[in-house]
Amino acid sequence: MEITITTRNQLTLATLVGELDGKTAPTAQERIVPLCQGGSRVLLDMSQVTYMSSAGLRLMLLLYRQATGTGATLALAGLSEDLQDTMSATGFLTYFTVYDTVEAAEAALGQ
Amino acid sequence: MSNADLQRIDINPTHTYNGFRLRPGKPLPFGATLVPGGVNFSIYSSHATACTLVLFVKGQPQPYAEIPFAEEFRIGNVYAMVVFDLDYENIEYGYRMDGPFDPSVGHRFDQSKILLDPYAKAIGGRDVWGVPPDWNNIYHYRGRLTFDDFDWQGDRPLQIPSEDMVIYEMHVRGFTRHASSGVKHPGTFAAIREKIPYLKALGVNCVELLPIYEFDEFDGSRPHPWEEDKLLLNYWGYSTVGFFAPKAAYAATGRLGMQVDEFKALVRELHANGIQVLLDVVFNHTAEGNEMGPMISFRGIDNKTYYMLTPDGYYWNFSGTGNTLNCNNPLVRNMVLDCLRYWASEYHIDGFRFDLAAILGRDPIGIPLSNPPLLESLAYDPILAKCELIAEAWDAGGLYQVGSFPAYGRWAEWNGKYRDDMRRFLKGDMDLIGAVAQRLQGSPDLYAWRGPTASVNFFCCHDGFTLADLVSYNDKHNEANGWGNTDGGNDDHSWNCGVEGPTDDPEVNALRMRQMKNAFALLLVSHGVPMFLMGDEIGHSQQGNNNTYCQDNELNWLDWGLVERNAELLRFVQRCIAFRHAHPVLRNREHLRNYDYVGSGYADITWHGTRAWQADWSGTSRIIAFMLCGKHAKSGTVTDNYIYVAANMYWDALPFELPGLPEGMHWHLFANTGAVPDAYEPGSEPRLEPQHELLVGGRSVVILVGHE
Repeated sequence: MEITITTRNQLTLATLVGELDGKTAPTAQERIVPLCQGGSRVLLDMSQVTYMSSAGLRLMLLLYRQATGTGATLALAGLSEDLQDTMSATGFLTYFTVYDTVEAAEAALGQ
Repeated sequence: MSNADLQRIDINPTHTYNGFRLRPGKPLPFGATLVPGGVNFSIYSSHATACTLVLFVKGQPQPYAEIPFAEEFRIGNVYAMVVFDLDYENIEYGYRMDGPFDPSVGHRFDQSKILLDPYAKAIGGRDVWGVPPDWNNIYHYRGRLTFDDFDWQGDRPLQIPSEDMVIYEMHVRGFTRHASSGVKHPGTFAAIREKIPYLKALGVNCVELLPIYEFDEFDGSRPHPWEEDKLLLNYWGYSTVGFFAPKAAYAATGRLGMQVDEFKALVRELHANGIQVLLDVVFNHTAEGNEMGPMISFRGIDNKTYYMLTPDGYYWNFSGTGNTLNCNNPLVRNMVLDCLRYWASEYHIDGFRFDLAAILGRDPIGIPLSNPPLLESLAYDPILAKCELIAEAWDAGGLYQVGSFPAYGRWAEWNGKYRDDMRRFLKGDMDLIGAVAQRLQGSPDLYAWRGPTASVNFFCCHDGFTLADLVSYNDKHNEANGWGNTDGGNDDHSWNCGVEGPTDDPEVNALRMRQMKNAFALLLVSHGVPMFLMGDEIGHSQQGNNNTYCQDNELNWLDWGLVERNAELLRFVQRCIAFRHAHPVLRNREHLRNYDYVGSGYADITWHGTRAWQADWSGTSRIIAFMLCGKHAKSGTVTDNYIYVAANMYWDALPFELPGLPEGMHWHLFANTGAVPDAYEPGSEPRLEPQHELLVGGRSVVILVGHE
């Protein structure tokens, strides 16, 4: 999995590319958790995530918790229909604010 | 330094085998458990001589590794080992067991077979319903590793008092598989979640799911007798492959191996909406059949322990399905207990209904025990202490224990006598009034010391006619099952109302509608725990088939178009359920005493006929009426309205003289199945005029509520 992190204005955009599973989740955690600091606004661009395993789901929940704990705002953008179904069926989608595209998210988050 | 900082001293490998790093495992818990850096595998067998762990990359035809358990990894009869550095999300595991093959003494070890772990928490290999398996696959049901964490968001089992429950018996796939369901993933756990608003509006507070443990829908599959290219499948699922694993094909995410999370998400959501989850569990037999059946797990791991065997090593068949699980063997008993504890604690399941539970009271050679240790263990178990335990108190070996099932003050029963007596009363049979009075009171004749909550009352369940068919067919029509109409029960006590099967005759159809309403009205004012079958509230028909175990099609799939087409019946049922919830006087936990013990001037229940205070108990009577005193609600601890119910199962209208109410109170009409409207919104019942007498139509039920 490749993760690119950019910051535009007040918004941190993490773009995830590839599969989010037991092998890649630890790296993703290492990269993304530090972004979720008090007051920060973090957007995960999921449009190039092709697969999310159970471990991936758990990482997402961990990020949500980290964000809530520190007072950061965390949102997801560009989930494929498959991914969205998976997260919904397993009860993991309810935690997140989800936007169709990065552009829509940026607009909504006040960019 | 906190606990978290202190590294465990047993996280390092001590052995290597073909490049795999290993160490001795822990025997408990049994099964495969994620531990720091690896996976702890633990499995027991009383008679095996050696065991090998077999590992596959997910979905691959051949294993990529076989790791024998070293002698020092064996504790007692348990093989336990930690394997490090496994890609736990992408592997499947099984075992080979070495030992004697000597069926005459009960041993059937076969090292060439790869066996499923009886404690597997998830099972892969048959992830999508109805996809024909590759019969050459060397390992069909594959153990998978799962996370056991879940974000329950504070959820816990609801612990709704038994007397307050209204149970909806449903099939996971059948509930939403029909094209009319409009859900995204038909036939799945996720789809049930989409339909929770329907369940809430219906008013049920408990769903009882037909088996959801992993089973093989292709077990016994065969061609449909006349529909080309269609198969009959094991649709109900009463033959378990793995007791600890939810059926993958019931999960929209089963192909991703996420059935555990998906089912937990369903339980959490149902609970959040005030709906309990009961599981129909099948501990009387397994999917391995008799000696001709497949070797999936138990047979190859420890045949003699898991199955009841005849003295010459064949399978006892008390279940009617080929084998009988040896439930009162101490090891099997522990497995059952481990299993139920797992579902109660890890899945927050609210209770269990035990299929053919009389078998659980038989000893290892089949003799009924007076004090069956398994039933006793379950009754007193601390983890299961608040779970509903409901027995189907008979088996296919002729043991019928309705009323006598060893209950230990805990067990409830599917009350087969309620079903039979009330069905016969409904169709107008005579010589029943005494029995019907017992059934309406929660069957104190059967459960004198156990209270009405021991009685799960029902007219219909998955096994037998649906309610719509009960009033549309005199005889079963099971030709589609392929056995020439010889399968299924012959004691349905049904009546077709004049025409066999569907008809355009408006009078017949009106009578059928009224009979369905009568059944629901009586069910929902009976003491005990009401249960009905999914779809009965909207008149679902199985076209007269009373044994649809093999029909994966419209016979079983709920047609959601009926919600509109039978809106009248649905609204009636909703109101009857709401009426029950509104009136604690219908839901006593203890038996009615038939006398006045609070000084209200009225006994808790009084019996009436066409003359008030004079019930007609004669053999030719087809009528009964009763009044419940509101001051006796919940054993006199709560004040409720008075309730009067008149059931006239005679074919003509009869005038019923009404019992007088305390000064200042009046009768109000909640329901009259023989009139329009058939029922009112509870709380908005109009005052009845006149107050002293009421004409009750033929084959009709009237429910009145008395207050100021």
